[in-house]
Amino acid sequence: MAINSIVMVKQVPDTANISGQVMKDDGTVNRALLPAIFNHEDRVALELALQVQDTHGGRVTVVTMGPPRASDVLRECLYMGADEAILISDRKFAGADTLATSYVLSEAINKIGDYDIIFAGRQAIDGDTAQVGPQTAEKLNLPQITYTEEIIKVENGKLTAKRKIEGGYEILSSKLPVLVTVLKDAVSPRPYKARRIMTYKNAKTLLELEKMTEGNSLLYIDQLKEEYIAKKLYIKTLTMDDLKLDVERCGVAGSPTKVHKVESVVLGGGKHDMFEPSKAGIGDLIDKLMVDHIFG
Amino acid sequence: MPNYFLDNSDLLYHFEKLNIREVVSLYEDNYKQAEKYSYAPVNYEDAIENYRKILEVAGDLAANYIAPTAAAVDEVGATFHDGKVTYAEGTQKSLEVLAKAELMGMIIPREYEGLNFPTTIYMMSVEMISRADASLMNIYGLQDIARTLAQFGDDGQKEKYLPKFSNGEYTGAMALTEPDAGSDLQAVKLSAYQDEKGNWFLRGVKRFITNGNGEVLLVLARTEVGTKDARGLSMLVCKADETVIVRRIEHKLGINGSPTCELQFNDTPAELVGSRRFGLLKYVIYLMNRARVGIGAQSLGIAQAAYEEALNYAKAREQFGTPIYNLPVIANMLIEMKTTLEAHRSLFYDTCVWLDRKEMYEIEVEKLKAEKKSVAEMNDKLKEASRILAFLTPLTKFFLTEGVNKIAYDGMQIHGGTGYMKEFSIERLFRDARITNIYEGTTQLQIVAASGGVLNDAVGEYIGKWLGADYKGSIQDLLKYLLEMREVFSECLSFIKAKKDTSYQDIAMKELVEMYGSLYVGCLLLREANEDSKRLFTARRFVLDSHAKAIKNKELIMSGIYSDILHSDTILI
Repeated sequence: MAINSIVMVKQVPDTANISGQVMKDDGTVNRALLPAIFNHEDRVALELALQVQDTHGGRVTVVTMGPPRASDVLRECLYMGADEAILISDRKFAGADTLATSYVLSEAINKIGDYDIIFAGRQAIDGDTAQVGPQTAEKLNLPQITYTEEIIKVENGKLTAKRKIEGGYEILSSKLPVLVTVLKDAVSPRPYKARRIMTYKNAKTLLELEKMTEGNSLLYIDQLKEEYIAKKLYIKTLTMDDLKLDVERCGVAGSPTKVHKVESVVLGGGKHDMFEPSKAGIGDLIDKLMVDHIFG
Repeated sequence: MPNYFLDNSDLLYHFEKLNIREVVSLYEDNYKQAEKYSYAPVNYEDAIENYRKILEVAGDLAANYIAPTAAAVDEVGATFHDGKVTYAEGTQKSLEVLAKAELMGMIIPREYEGLNFPTTIYMMSVEMISRADASLMNIYGLQDIARTLAQFGDDGQKEKYLPKFSNGEYTGAMALTEPDAGSDLQAVKLSAYQDEKGNWFLRGVKRFITNGNGEVLLVLARTEVGTKDARGLSMLVCKADETVIVRRIEHKLGINGSPTCELQFNDTPAELVGSRRFGLLKYVIYLMNRARVGIGAQSLGIAQAAYEEALNYAKAREQFGTPIYNLPVIANMLIEMKTTLEAHRSLFYDTCVWLDRKEMYEIEVEKLKAEKKSVAEMNDKLKEASRILAFLTPLTKFFLTEGVNKIAYDGMQIHGGTGYMKEFSIERLFRDARITNIYEGTTQLQIVAASGGVLNDAVGEYIGKWLGADYKGSIQDLLKYLLEMREVFSECLSFIKAKKDTSYQDIAMKELVEMYGSLYVGCLLLREANEDSKRLFTARRFVLDSHAKAIKNKELIMSGIYSDILHSDTILI
């Protein structure tokens, strides 16, 4: 049986290269100052989806919600082997927290439809919340397997996966459809394929096509879009209107999370207590830990 | 994340300044291929963008997948057990990832699933792979075998082998060397014979065959019974089936990831490639010339790695209360290394472009002939490119392989005792470098091959044009040194010619090739510095150094120093 997958991916700032001016006064990140990269765990998620496809056939569709330039990661997904890439973008989505993001993503996935597995990275390196995957599953009323280390098998309408837990792992089975979030070491993502790069480097979203028509009276957007669809180089683009969303639940309006304060915490060594390696010493240690609310 | 393309400003410089418009247009059939293949470029700019993107991928894989495996690959090496060769784990994984990225068919035509890239671009990838793991280059770089088949094989052979080279299922080997036929390939004995139906079979032994365990073997064999020279040799292709036995693999000083095999052919079915009797004269020469350029890329990659190791070590190592990088003697060694590296890279990519031109002109001439069009103009271009390349190929092999040995040597020297230990990569790089000026024709043979070009002034027209051009102020001074070098070279050449002593000429040819070659490279650097002032230091170092060496060489040659060769027995025995 062919298995269709949807992979949720995100373009993130490259937090490995942070400098002083990147943090804005309001505690949010000035993304324009950081190079944007493909969130690594999402690339791993795409690899797992492609491996399922290698074994079972079916389609792999990637979606991302983000600003127009997020189209870069979608092209990278096409380079890796995704069959279709979809950009969900609208000014009204800006400033979304995990609640608003998962609302938009779940509605978009409902519209895309026809899926057996939804893959996502465990978390994005910018927010580190690990909430969007699980919240999307809840909104879609799907079972979810988080922290996945390995897809063991997909058969008879069920997916079996190995999931990391504290101090070990557990093996879970779920009926399809299911949402799976993936750890970074689950698999090593395949490289981008040369011929796909050269083909899909020209793939464009609606927003990019619109930009091409700006200031060029000879280009008509509908015509251009048809042309790109015919060349199989159109990256489907969904906006607020396409998804008929509740504006109150999107972007800043739909986001109860507010960043209160950001501070740089330097972990320094403090004073330390010595305990004798004796019964009495251990007793003192336990007392101390209870006083500090580490025990009990 | 490191990237061997994006991090290497000198390599990027050469990529940015590439002028291969004509070559690419010929490769792309004037961009008509774009009508058929979605991944073919629609114009020159599009092609360059393709190359850039693919080289970025190669640079990423080289830095992040391949380089981390190099030490373990060197330690374990390729192994041989029960007649079977096994690559080191890292080699195997690197080949898999390169195949998945579709980089194993870079120079194979699109109709056979390849990328149809110019050789110049391919060589940039070879340089980066070599920097990551020199021994992997010996397998990755065998794409030239597929290229040779693409050039000379018949449709059936291309259909049968090339797509599988492209997807990485097949690797190849060129089986040329035999126990008694190394540098002297005319002496090849392995016999190819036909049965009554005309099918070919191979019988005999080949030695020192790089990747001899590969799936497809191009074999130089004697098809004409009773002949003893090159005209009795043909090229055949065969699958490595059960009749091909790997007898052993060599235990080597370096490039341990690359298996060097002794092969025994026991009536192995084979097919003739191209025409009989042209095996060595046409096809092996084609393949060897490409392979020599490939070794240039390998040398450049190792040299880059050795330079980086030395630089990083010098910055990190503190002695006398300061990083040794701050000691003038060490800094000077690093500058020397970098000058050689950059000068050689300029020579290298210049040679690559000439190689692309020559091959494309060749194809174009054939095409024009078939269309019954005038070939005169294209023929002239082909003749020029062939003449220049016949000089630049051995010069590049000579300069770059000797250069990498010196760079690796100095790189180890900067490490001090630490560098002699296995823990630091400079130890491996030092060993890997050593083969480059030996295989695919030793330096001594490259000098012989380049001597014709020196005697007939193969690049004289260009040197003359460049030395006669106008340059910016500071460069004008350097020009004087080059002009004097040309004088010195001419004097030496006249002296040698007048001497009419072939032994003396053979020996002095090393200095003559060095002078003439350095003059050419000096001109290249001068032109670069004129356009980009950042390159002035490299040009200055190289030109002053070459000039001083030229003066010294002149003294040597004119002193009659080598006349004692007549008394070699007395001296040596």
